[in-house]
Parts: sequence; C-alpha cells; structure tokens
Amino acid sequence: MSLIRDADLVLKPDRRPFAALYSRNIRAVIERGLMATRTSNAAIMISGFVEPVLYLLSMGIGLGALIGTVQGPEGTPISYAAYIAPALLTVSAMNGALYDSTINVFFKMNYGKLYQNMLHTSLGPLDVALGEIFLALLRGFLYATGFTIVMAAMGLITTWWALLMVPASVLIAFGFASIGMGITSYIRTFQQLDWVTFIMLPMFLFSATFYPLDVYPQAIQWLIQVLPLWHGVELLRQLSVGAFGVMTVVHVLYYVLMIGGGMMLTTNRLRALFLK
Amino acid sequence: MIQNPSRPAVIVADQLTKRYGDFTAVDSISFEVPAGESFGLLGPNGAGKSTTMRMIGGVSQRSGGTLSIMGLDPEQQGPEVRAHLGVVPQEDNLDQELKVRDNLIIYGRYFGLPMSYLRPKADELLEFAQLTEKSTARVDDLSGGMKRRLTIARSLINDPRVLLLDEPTTGLDPQARHILWDRLFRLKERGVTLILTTHYMDEAEQLCDRLIVVDQGRIMAEGSPAALIREYSTREVLELRFGADRNAGAADAVAGIGERIEVLPDRLLIYAHDGEAALDAVTARGLTPLTSLVRRSSLEDVFLRLTGRSLIE
Repeated sequence: MSLIRDADLVLKPDRRPFAALYSRNIRAVIERGLMATRTSNAAIMISGFVEPVLYLLSMGIGLGALIGTVQGPEGTPISYAAYIAPALLTVSAMNGALYDSTINVFFKMNYGKLYQNMLHTSLGPLDVALGEIFLALLRGFLYATGFTIVMAAMGLITTWWALLMVPASVLIAFGFASIGMGITSYIRTFQQLDWVTFIMLPMFLFSATFYPLDVYPQAIQWLIQVLPLWHGVELLRQLSVGAFGVMTVVHVLYYVLMIGGGMMLTTNRLRALFLK
Repeated sequence: MIQNPSRPAVIVADQLTKRYGDFTAVDSISFEVPAGESFGLLGPNGAGKSTTMRMIGGVSQRSGGTLSIMGLDPEQQGPEVRAHLGVVPQEDNLDQELKVRDNLIIYGRYFGLPMSYLRPKADELLEFAQLTEKSTARVDDLSGGMKRRLTIARSLINDPRVLLLDEPTTGLDPQARHILWDRLFRLKERGVTLILTTHYMDEAEQLCDRLIVVDQGRIMAEGSPAALIREYSTREVLELRFGADRNAGAADAVAGIGERIEVLPDRLLIYAHDGEAALDAVTARGLTPLTSLVRRSSLEDVFLRLTGRSLIE
C-alpha cells in the first residue's frame, strides 16, 4: 500500500447514465450467489425442483387415472398429466421468482444484512437488483430443465417444440421477479409479505391450471385473463404440443410488457428499497 | 479550526440533516475533515453518529444540506465515492454463507478488483488481522474479536483513502482494542483519513486528532481532545462518594470549593485546577467522604459540562 497524496483525494465524477445507482458489476453479485450456493443447504435447492414433480405425480397420474384424456390446445385429446404439466411448470416459475424477489430480498435486506455490505462497496443498488434477478432466473432455468426432463421421462412430451418451455419459463420468471422486487420496496413488515402469498394461491388454483377456463362465467374469465399466470399457463401449454397461434404472440407480449413495467418500477424504487 | 490547512478537505458537510418522519436524527451539522486527519464523532447512543456515517457512505439519503466526499456528492456518485472508501459498520455484517478468506475475496469483487490482485491482498490482510490460520473457517465459528478484525480487514481490501469506522471497538476486550488501535495508527501513517464514531472517551483521546461532540443530532463542541478539555473543564477533577443518599446533601457543604461542582447519582465531582488542594479544603470543613479520587479531566467531563448528562448511561 503506497502513501496517499493530495492528488488522490480529488475524484472525477462518473458521467455515464445511472452513475448514482449502477457500477456495471452485476457479475460480482452473481459470483457471490454461486459461491454461497456451493456452501449453503442443498435441500432448499432441491425442494424447489421436487414440488412441481410431486404435484405432477399425484394429480397427473392419480387424478389422471379418473379423468383419462382431455382436450388439448389444438383440440386433439391429450392425457390429463400432459394437460397439467405445463401449468405446473408455469406455477413453479412464478413461485420461485416471487419467492426470490420478495421474501428472500426482504430477508437479506433487513435481517441478513447482505445488501448493506454490498452497498458499502462500489456496487450500486441496480447492480444488486439485476444480479439477484439473474440468480433467480438461473435457478428457474435449472428447475425448468429438470422438470422438462421428468416430463419427457413420463412420456408427456411428443414434440421438439416442447423444449421451448424452458426459455419461456425463464421469461415468465423474469416477469414475476421484476414486479416482485418493486413490490418488496413498499413492504415494511413480514406480515405484509403474507399478502403476496394471499394473491399467489388463488392465481395458482384458478388460472386454468387444472381445468379449462370455459367452466367459469364470462366475467370471471375476463378477470383471470387479465392476470399474468393464465398467460403463462396458456403459453407453456401451447408450446408443450407445438400448437401456435395469434394468442402465443399475445402471451409472450404480455410478459415482455410485464418485464418492462416491472423493471421500470424496480429501478424507480431502488432508492426506497436500498438507500433508507 | 483545521489543524493542517495546507491539505485539501476530504469531507465537507454543510448543514447536513436527516429526518425520519417527525424525528430529526441529524440536525443541520457542518464540519470539514482535511486529508490525513483522524476525525472523531463523540456522543452517546442515538446522537446521530451512525446516521451521519451512513450519509457519508452514500447508503442513506440526506433530508437537507450538502455533502462532498473527495469532491463528489455521495448521493449522485455513490459507486465512484465508495470505490475509495472503507467502511466498518457498527454491527459486523460479514457474509455468513462464505468462508473467512472468501469474505475478503468476494468483497473485493464487489469493487470490481481482479483475482490476480485479490488473492495476495486477501492473504496480506488475513496476516494483518492475525487470522491466517482461520482462512478456511466459517464466519460463525469466529470469536467476537476475530469477527471485528475480519470486518476491519475487509474494509481495507480496496486500499481505501478514507476509512469510516462506526464504534470500531465496541464489544472488544481491552487487549483486542489495543491491537486494533495499533492497526489504525499504522493506516494513519500511510495517509489514510480516518473518520470514527465512539462513545468511549479514552478511544477518542487515543485516536482522534480532532473531534466533534454530538448530542441529539447537533454539534455541541469541536476541537482536539486536549483543547476541548482545556476549554470546557479544569485540569483536575476530585471525585467524592458520600453514600447514595448523602451525595446531594454534601453538595451544599462543599459549595465554593473548586470552580464547579457536578452532582451525579453515585458521586460528587469537584472541578479544580489542583485536586489535592480541593480535597484538603473538603476535609478542612470536617467532611469525611467514603472514598475520594483525584484524576485528570477527560472528554467525559467535557460531555457532562456540555450536556449535563453522562456519555455512557
């Protein structure tokens, strides 16, 4: 360490955009996440993968035995397990992304003090937010890949198009993660986080996850079609059998807009979230 | 009053204010810190010291006033300013999920430093913190003193030009405190500007070239420890204990001895240039205290004089 001279003590301002919030070093946040995962509890990682598989086994095989075949996206009959599997994958992408961007972020901010130590360095809040979202998506990607392999092993995949479910899951996770982090910036107590769960559960149950949307009266159908999960479920269901249409584009666009809106919200709320 | 006006100011705070709702934690304080100085914020818990430190570090947004760190506003240029700051927060916030050495390496990565620099640097700092043997230990397995030393070592990973230390030795045993002070002196010799908060007067006297006494978010006094003691206290203090219920009554009996008398719940303080002479005057009045002690004035006395309260409650 060399002696500090007076000239060292006059800093030049960084004129690039977002200089107050961003140091172009998302990589360090990701590196830390990967290193911590190596030493932390593997059980938590595995549980996220196992949950949708358990649903698929119990409902797909169990209930499927009673139900038999149902009408698939193109009108062709498919097994009940093949019908709900893409929906379960969507739900798992939503749950993982929301968990990582709400409860996990809230805990690391207020209790684990991880972000405090990151923000004492040259990292800015935007580096931290983007790094955390990337880690959540990486995890989502691994889960989706694993689940798709399980689907293939169970004989539920009949077309190569089904592989597109993996990147589509990441898109869906990105949508939920970007909104989730924005929501977390408004949260002050753990009790308020229960509201997130309170919204997730009915979305999981009623977004055409286990049966088609047309069982509902028209008004309820419209409500569900406004909510994000339904778009994800329909998108993955179409991809699983390779049935594309105008609606495929609508579903993808829905998520692209959701990511755009979510990232704008999160970026605007970074000071509220990280710099109190 | 700046001791060495030839050196540039590293920190300039002007009417710095922080409010949380109706509560004003930092109330329009102004100070300057020249390069290479060791500058202290002395005050009781809740005086606004940590909040001031957080604003300097750019992790808390101020409610009013201006702040310049090495010429930049930490709110507008947070990453650039913090690239040259080292921060030792009040509570150790080490990364529990990483091993001891990895804590240093990853922290360095947050500054965007390359591994080729960080590997030898981490080993050097482990040496500095006397933690070389613990390099692959879990953070949870370290003692309180070790954690504190690791936090301080971590704050040096980027060769900071300014080091912010918030209550650096709280919770350390005396030996660990002296080791730490020695490390801080070495940094000062290299030209690092030290900003530290403390509620220990001996620490302030040992480490600070100059300090501000802060209470309820306001600056009560500013100067070197010796100058503050000269200005706000006498050379010596006579401490008398008469027993819990009799201290207040004895205060009337000793009135007129020394320059000033303070009555504390457990003792009387008589401020006098010559403490022994004051004690003679007390015994000449026929008073027999249970114990008596003559000592030099300290910053504790300065604080008592300024606020009417003790520093440590």
